[in-house]
Amino acid sequence: MAAEREPPPLGDGKPTDFEELEDGEDLFTSTVSTLESSPSSPEPSSHPAEDISANSNGPKPAEVVLDDDREDLFAEATEEVSLDSPEREPILSSEPSPAITPVTPTALIAPRIESKSMSAPVIFDRSREEIEEEANGDIFDIEIGVSDPEKVGDGMNAYMAYRVTTKTSLSMFSKSEFSVKRRFSDFLGLHSKLASKYLHVGYIVPPAPEKSIVYLQRTVKHPILLQDPDLRQFLESSELPRAVNTQALSGAGILRMVNKAADAVNKMTIKMNESDAWFEEKQQQFENLDQQLRKLHASVEALVCHRKELSANTAAFAKSAAMLGNSEDHTALSRALSQLAEVEEKIDQLHQEQAFADFYMFSELLSDYIRLIAAVKGVFDHRMKCWQKWEDAQITLLKKRETEAKMTVANKPDKIQQAKNEIREWEAKVQQGERDFEQISKTIRKEVGRFEKERVKDFKTVIIKYLESLVQTQQQLIKYWEAFLPEAKAIA
Amino acid sequence: MEWFCNPSKEPSSMLVDLQGDSSLQVEISDAVSERDKVKFTVQTKSCLPHFAQTEFSVVRQHEEFIWLHDAYVENEEYAGLIIPPAPPRPDFEASREKLQKLGEGDSSITREEFAKMKQELEAEYLAIFKKTVAMHEVFLQRLAAHPTLRRDHNFFVFLEYGQDLSVRGKNRKELLGGFLKNIVKSADEALITGMSGLKEVDDFFEHERTFLLEYHTRIRDACLRADRVMRSHKCLADDYIPISAALSSLGTQEVNQLKTSFLKLAELFERLRKLEGRVASDEDLKLSDMLRYYMRDSQAAKDLLYRRLRALADYENANKALDRARTRNREVWPAESHQQLCCQRFERLSDSAKQELMDFKSRRVSSFRKNLIELAELELKHAKASTLLLRNTLVALRGEP
Repeated sequence: MAAEREPPPLGDGKPTDFEELEDGEDLFTSTVSTLESSPSSPEPSSHPAEDISANSNGPKPAEVVLDDDREDLFAEATEEVSLDSPEREPILSSEPSPAITPVTPTALIAPRIESKSMSAPVIFDRSREEIEEEANGDIFDIEIGVSDPEKVGDGMNAYMAYRVTTKTSLSMFSKSEFSVKRRFSDFLGLHSKLASKYLHVGYIVPPAPEKSIVYLQRTVKHPILLQDPDLRQFLESSELPRAVNTQALSGAGILRMVNKAADAVNKMTIKMNESDAWFEEKQQQFENLDQQLRKLHASVEALVCHRKELSANTAAFAKSAAMLGNSEDHTALSRALSQLAEVEEKIDQLHQEQAFADFYMFSELLSDYIRLIAAVKGVFDHRMKCWQKWEDAQITLLKKRETEAKMTVANKPDKIQQAKNEIREWEAKVQQGERDFEQISKTIRKEVGRFEKERVKDFKTVIIKYLESLVQTQQQLIKYWEAFLPEAKAIA
Repeated sequence: MEWFCNPSKEPSSMLVDLQGDSSLQVEISDAVSERDKVKFTVQTKSCLPHFAQTEFSVVRQHEEFIWLHDAYVENEEYAGLIIPPAPPRPDFEASREKLQKLGEGDSSITREEFAKMKQELEAEYLAIFKKTVAMHEVFLQRLAAHPTLRRDHNFFVFLEYGQDLSVRGKNRKELLGGFLKNIVKSADEALITGMSGLKEVDDFFEHERTFLLEYHTRIRDACLRADRVMRSHKCLADDYIPISAALSSLGTQEVNQLKTSFLKLAELFERLRKLEGRVASDEDLKLSDMLRYYMRDSQAAKDLLYRRLRALADYENANKALDRARTRNREVWPAESHQQLCCQRFERLSDSAKQELMDFKSRRVSSFRKNLIELAELELKHAKASTLLLRNTLVALRGEP
């Protein structure tokens, strides 16, 4: 993961970012209390991951991932989740977690899992490549790895701990290379904190981790989020206060909530007078994109499934070809059949690897984007809420003015004073509301612009990689059959 | 649905290498598929004096082929020969069902997708049709190539008699009868082999028996699994249809930079689909079909061994009867002559069986060789085509800003 590939939106250099951050901070002291509903309302959600994904309206990435959980270290983390406290809370109870900063998706971590003789699948280590490819002198050099899952503790209180390693040249960190141990709820806690701080300002926090490495990588790619002290603490400090309120759902649960919330929002009737056609257009665009991606994703999942079947069938055929070769009493033919069996076995491996690629590159790219788009939609919804708040403030102000007028007529001096005070208060709120609305609109425009740019790059990169994997498979096939051909010809 | 088919001249020879003998040439020159039956036009070219003309055709249906096959099997004269396996019944059921389901279909697919799927299913139907023609043809051609079998009277009738042979399909009783006969045969075989005193005198046959039993089971297994591989491949190819369609529609509504990429991808997957489809059908023809044919042929060889074994048992029994007759000194002469007959029969069968089994082996080896070579060559061809296609697309994609 790594380097930010484009200069931060407000120009180069950190100082500007800090400025912006302060601005942002101003914003949230007032908005935090009003807009945010802190994740303190417990909601029962004792679903094992499989259950969740079965219920999700969208694609079922979790399900597939968990089946193939060699790469997802966090597959086991769900145990932690269900074993821990009985009260579980969604990370963002009312707000879908909007998240953008699309990075080149789905990089896999090198699993140092004690998984058996399974041939280690190709490790798509994009992070390093990006740093190398990076030519336009960006300054965000940070690389993160997550590895070494290990089970800590026993029985009911057992959990998985992961090693988070950071390599960076950024000066905000005290060392250039460091690693810490984190547990799954720590990741969720980080997400929760970041989300609560930045969400309603229009910045997007990557969706909560299902794929932790992607999550971290996306998060550090976001110029604003990178500055966040909580993130730094997460990456650096050896002791992290236990994130109590986040023994919550895995990413699959988040997705489900995202979908539910998205549905709820659709049913919500905020009639906003959209003065800016851009927003309407964009929303429609994302809606269409979402639909198309879902369709494509479903088809790709079918492809993955069938390729796995093909692999299994090829393996079975290889065995029976070997048996047939054994029975065959003509020596040269017997040998040729054995060779055929070997070729088919190798081809079976190829199919398996290709199925991986199908899934981890193509399918995951799509499901990541489906989730991201849900997050984008969420950001748009925030804007609507923001507008609503402003609108409400204006209405209240009007009422207060009416009250003042009434009091004046009724000649109640103390009530008049009170009314005047309230008017001042609400005037300020209206101003604030307008400022907030404009700010969020501005931020969204920027974020969407950046999202689109990233998306294009992402898609292209991944697609090219995927095609390369297909080429590789074909080349291997050529190799195998070319080796076999003389054997077949040798049958006398 | 009516399908006309002019099968190309070579399909049958891929299964069996037949020594061309121009004195009797048989082929299926035409075939028509009607609702529930297929009509084959069997064309014969021959200079043999027996026939009235040098070139003539008749129309035959599947049941008539079966009748001919059974006639050979039941003929004592051919007991020492491998009777070419009967062609399987033409079965379009599965294919028809699929086409029907597609018709009732699924409103969520686009018109283009529908057209492609229909095309695929029609191609499948046609492939099944071509295969059944080939199977029926190779059956006749093997008969025509065999020095003894080709002289059979029923064969001439089959080839020449202009009218319907009035051979109806087996009714239930006959089917059941056939089924029971098979059971009886296996039971009998078990009995004979268990029979005390029955020694296989000939190493060659001992070896062949062991070999064939195992071989037949394994080739049947291999055939079934090859079928599954082929079907998976076909499934995979079909998966590319909705993927291509989705990419296409993404392309049309996308932002400019991604637009061309998606459209190129859509095209790529469409082409890949066709290639995968060809891989699947080549595997079918060169591997599955070949395994299936030799599964049947090895069964025919097993049947021959059974008949010989039966003859051996009869011979043994005749010996015992003769001994008994001699000891009792009664009816010695009939026992002697019976024993003589059994001995001669057994020896005759053994001799011809030996030859037949050796022919079977060389037939098998040459057929496997041919098909495996062709399979490898075709796989290479398709893999190279795919690589080229993918590389071109990559170049195009990379070239995009």
